[in-house]
Amino acid sequence: MSSLSSSPAGKRDIVALEGVTKRFPGIVANDGIDLSISPGEVHVLLGENGAGKSTLIGMLSGLQQPDEGRILVDGKPTPITSPRHALALGIGTVFQHMMLVPTLTVAENLLLGGPWWQRPRTEELAARVAEITRSLGITVKLHAKVSELSLGEQQQVEILRAMVRNSRLLILDESTSMLTPKGIEELGALMRRLAEKGLAIVFITHKLKEAAAFGDRISVLKLGRKVGEIPPERFRALGEQEIISEIVELMFGKQKGDPEAAQRPTRTIRADAAPLLEVAGLSVAPTDNAPGLSSISFDIRPGEILGIAGIDGNGQKQLAEALAGQRAATGGSVRLEGAAIEAASVGERRRHGLRYLTDDRLGEGTVGTFPVSINFFLKQVGAAPFWRGGVEQRAEIDRRAAELVREYDVRTPSLKTPVARLSGGNIQKVLLARELAEGAKVVIFNKPTYGLDLANTLASRQRIRDTAARGLAVLLISTDLEELLSMCDRIAVIANGALVGAVENSDDARTKVGRLMIGLAA
Amino acid sequence: MSIDTAPTVSATALDATSGAGPRRDILRRLLMTLGPILVALVIAGCILLAVGVDPLAYYGYVLEKGLFSPLGVQQTLTRMAPLLFLAAGLIVAFRSGMWNLGGDGQFLLGAVTAAASAPVLVEILPAWLALICSFLIAMVVAVIWSLVPALLRAYQGVNEIITTLMMTFLGTSLANVLVKLVFRDPGTTVPQTRTLPVDERLPRLFDTTITSGLLLGLAAIIIVHLVMTRTAFGLKLRIVGANPRAAVHAGLGVPGLTIAVFAISAGLAGLAGAVDIIGVQGNVRADWNPAYGLAVIPAVFLARMNGFAAIGFVFLLSVLSIGGESAARRLGVPNHFTLVLVSIVLIVLALAEYFDHRYNQSRKA
Amino acid sequence: MTGLFSEVFLSALLFGAVTAAIPLLLAGLGEQMSEKAGVLNIGIEGMMLAGAYLGFVGSFYSGSLWLGFLTGAVGGVAVALIMALLCVRIGLNQIVIGIALTLGLEGLTALLHHFQFSRSYPRLPAADATVIPLLSDIPVIGPAFFKHHLIVYLAVALVFGMSYLYRRTQLGLNLQAAGDKPAALDVAGIDVVRTRTVAVLTTGALAGLGGAYLANVGAGLFIPFITNGAGFLGIVLAMLARGRPVWVLFGALLFGVCLSLTTAMQVAGINIPTDVIQMLPFLAVMIMLVLFGRRASLPAALGIPYERGAR
Repeated sequence: MSSLSSSPAGKRDIVALEGVTKRFPGIVANDGIDLSISPGEVHVLLGENGAGKSTLIGMLSGLQQPDEGRILVDGKPTPITSPRHALALGIGTVFQHMMLVPTLTVAENLLLGGPWWQRPRTEELAARVAEITRSLGITVKLHAKVSELSLGEQQQVEILRAMVRNSRLLILDESTSMLTPKGIEELGALMRRLAEKGLAIVFITHKLKEAAAFGDRISVLKLGRKVGEIPPERFRALGEQEIISEIVELMFGKQKGDPEAAQRPTRTIRADAAPLLEVAGLSVAPTDNAPGLSSISFDIRPGEILGIAGIDGNGQKQLAEALAGQRAATGGSVRLEGAAIEAASVGERRRHGLRYLTDDRLGEGTVGTFPVSINFFLKQVGAAPFWRGGVEQRAEIDRRAAELVREYDVRTPSLKTPVARLSGGNIQKVLLARELAEGAKVVIFNKPTYGLDLANTLASRQRIRDTAARGLAVLLISTDLEELLSMCDRIAVIANGALVGAVENSDDARTKVGRLMIGLAA
Repeated sequence: MSIDTAPTVSATALDATSGAGPRRDILRRLLMTLGPILVALVIAGCILLAVGVDPLAYYGYVLEKGLFSPLGVQQTLTRMAPLLFLAAGLIVAFRSGMWNLGGDGQFLLGAVTAAASAPVLVEILPAWLALICSFLIAMVVAVIWSLVPALLRAYQGVNEIITTLMMTFLGTSLANVLVKLVFRDPGTTVPQTRTLPVDERLPRLFDTTITSGLLLGLAAIIIVHLVMTRTAFGLKLRIVGANPRAAVHAGLGVPGLTIAVFAISAGLAGLAGAVDIIGVQGNVRADWNPAYGLAVIPAVFLARMNGFAAIGFVFLLSVLSIGGESAARRLGVPNHFTLVLVSIVLIVLALAEYFDHRYNQSRKA
Repeated sequence: MTGLFSEVFLSALLFGAVTAAIPLLLAGLGEQMSEKAGVLNIGIEGMMLAGAYLGFVGSFYSGSLWLGFLTGAVGGVAVALIMALLCVRIGLNQIVIGIALTLGLEGLTALLHHFQFSRSYPRLPAADATVIPLLSDIPVIGPAFFKHHLIVYLAVALVFGMSYLYRRTQLGLNLQAAGDKPAALDVAGIDVVRTRTVAVLTTGALAGLGGAYLANVGAGLFIPFITNGAGFLGIVLAMLARGRPVWVLFGALLFGVCLSLTTAMQVAGINIPTDVIQMLPFLAVMIMLVLFGRRASLPAALGIPYERGAR
């Protein structure tokens, strides 16, 4: 449990928000938020996806302006007009998605922002960086290109950048999604050290356990509103479990237990059934911005869910694409129900029964400007009965689309609505309907609940379980360990493009997987 | 970093794909298409004023010759024939997300090929067969001319704007070489190809001077429109244009489709050249280059890639083209003015779309 | 017939190559800066034409070539201003606007020329050469490379200046960030739109200067469409040069040789039709693209307008 070092009552807040409201077309992202951020404290902003956390951060870092309410800095009302202004006020932000230029070195990235006519002051920077890294106990390779660093190292560079700019308030936005369990602990410790030096830290997360473990003060956001706050005094008084229950109550009302409490799957898998999917020695060549795959092998039996755990960027996407046929393999075999498909095209694999639900819903999974109805059949263009002799049969398409909309509970104004207008959860339902509706034998899910709110997350997970219950083989790729633990029969870990081990999902699976992820034997 | 050098901004950004709206929508559409034209006319008129020409007189002459004189209207409709083929080719390319700017080169080579082959073929084959063969040869030549840019885009991700433009410069020079050296009519002093006798050209419609090539052009653009909007093949092309990554994800063979798009687009441009020679000109003179290819682009954008609407805008362009030639003689304003007007239309249209989009966004909030 | 490898022919060829290369070099350098910053500038042909026309007009009426260069650069900047406003600031489609600007300037300059000069077709006197002592006495190479107008040497020096700018200054870092990851630049507190605008305006100035050189020194007159694709050749140079100004120089010289073959052939008394020779530079381009197109490295954010906090 965290403890506060020195925090005299009535201390001036660095930043305070009063009644801040921000609207976007069709949604109120933040609704009358009051917040006070004090130095020497780790203030956690907790909320599920869609609760309005990122918008709040956007306003604090000068990317957006509030529609109503005001922001006070050092007690004075100060509209934060631009990122430059935020930096000048001492507000540094580490964003969820990396904000470093991949083709520049660490040093060059840190130097960005100086007056344009100058020679970059590399020596000065090196001295300053050495000073900071020493006091924080981290190491940074100044002359490495950012694209060569791991995601955890990149994050450290971003924190370093905020420190170099003399930030007084450091905002960390969902910083743990890219880290190993050990990396998460180290980040927590780093935040503690920074707070002890007198910084104000705002830590945004949707994970209850992290909030309880690292925070001094927790503000809970739900659907754009702040529904509660747990101040430091209360924090110190309660144990971790009690904190969690209180947060759960704030977010969801009185409920029995944690809705995200781990469930063990209760399917029975016939041990003698022949595997539906057999992958042996699958290898893919590395490219400039993607790791390769080295000799991946695994089997999945009918009704089984195999999870792939690992830090983002270790080959998960490449594995999914290689299995689906979107990425060329340099070696190995893939068999679906005994038939070799490693040389088959994307369409042929689909006809064999392989389905791939991509994590990139709008960038790859759908065509945003096309209507919902057409998106259902994107992978079957030209197939009967929706096309006859190459000509579109509108009535057939609409009929089946309406059925799918009902069956999968897709909320859409009409079948003709461009799919990009739907919410993330509904776009996911369209993808689920498209992939699962008929003929599926093996389904690959890549980060299926990413960016979804709780209700849609739970619904998606249930669908996945139902899919397995029907006797299909499921490959579940996810960076959310809790999700994998609650759904999979076995969990394999991928690191640097290779499978480093697989464990049965028993009681000690969490520890074993954690160990595998940091390179120890399970 | 080796990334796809193909342009990431799709031509279909200006394409309206959502379903039909209520009456107010139609009014808005009308405003959004006629508005830019009117604004452009005004701005271009100011430029005319600046060089000392009365814009109203100019526009008057354009309309008088292009639209209101019986002979002029026939010329306008005749001019539409090659323009419709070109517009059809552009619709296919733009809706598939590919910037085929090689239309002029493909047009000229198609024209030269038709001019060279037709007079020869009509002497050995029945007329209808000879003309069909001539059209086909022109089409094939134009398709071959698009092969290199197509392959570069399909397999190496090389930006086709540059490659097609380069091929146009190459094609223009090559066409000249062919006219002056290879296919030159020995019987004339002026360098040009053998002339196809008027009787052997495409028949005229009824009693007019309008070439039946117009009907071919209308057929081409309507077929293109129907294929793009109603068939599986057209849908595949539109997917590639709207979201190339989704096309890969959906299992569409993108390289093959890319080459098909270039081939179809270039083939139509080649046919445009052939129709202009076989239907109208009868021969190709040295250094002849009407440069229709780029002038058609704004018409296609105004039409939002819709084939039927494009017919209307191609008609307007035709009026401008014919009328402009007449006004050039009477007022001394060279044809280049057409380019100016056409480019202003394009810019104003883009601005109009932007403001319309912003207006919609603020209404939703 | 003096033969293909005579001194006279080679000298004329190389001299013409340099003269033809300078507009390409300037266009290429300009386009390179735009592309580095993430803007695909198709309108560069229009900027060159504006520069050629205004450069010619400036020189013609003032009698000074340098003033002509200045007006040419200003012309290019004026067109670039439109591009910056519409594409960088507002975010309209860069390709559509680029095509429109090129078409429009082609027509506009031809139109203006018609009304001003079509009866007289005036020419400018040959440009003064700044002869570099000693070096210009080397056989063949001397007269080819070291007897040009001062602006030529300045243009070559510019290559090294740009190289220094990209690699050793904050501005170079800013430009690269604007092209590769504008969000990172924004978060570092630098205005992305302003950085890109600077790049586009510089492109306009360089392209305009290139056009002015073409009209005033290269040709000595202005005729409509005089650039004949020089701007697009500049785009090719920028694409293939992978961010290094020096490669633009080499490529420009290569294309310059192709372009100057026509006049050199005539000097040597060899009779090949002009049209055939005119195909050479574009043929060279296509060959280069087929060989090296795949490795053309372009910035990640090229062609995408920047929107802060876009949802």
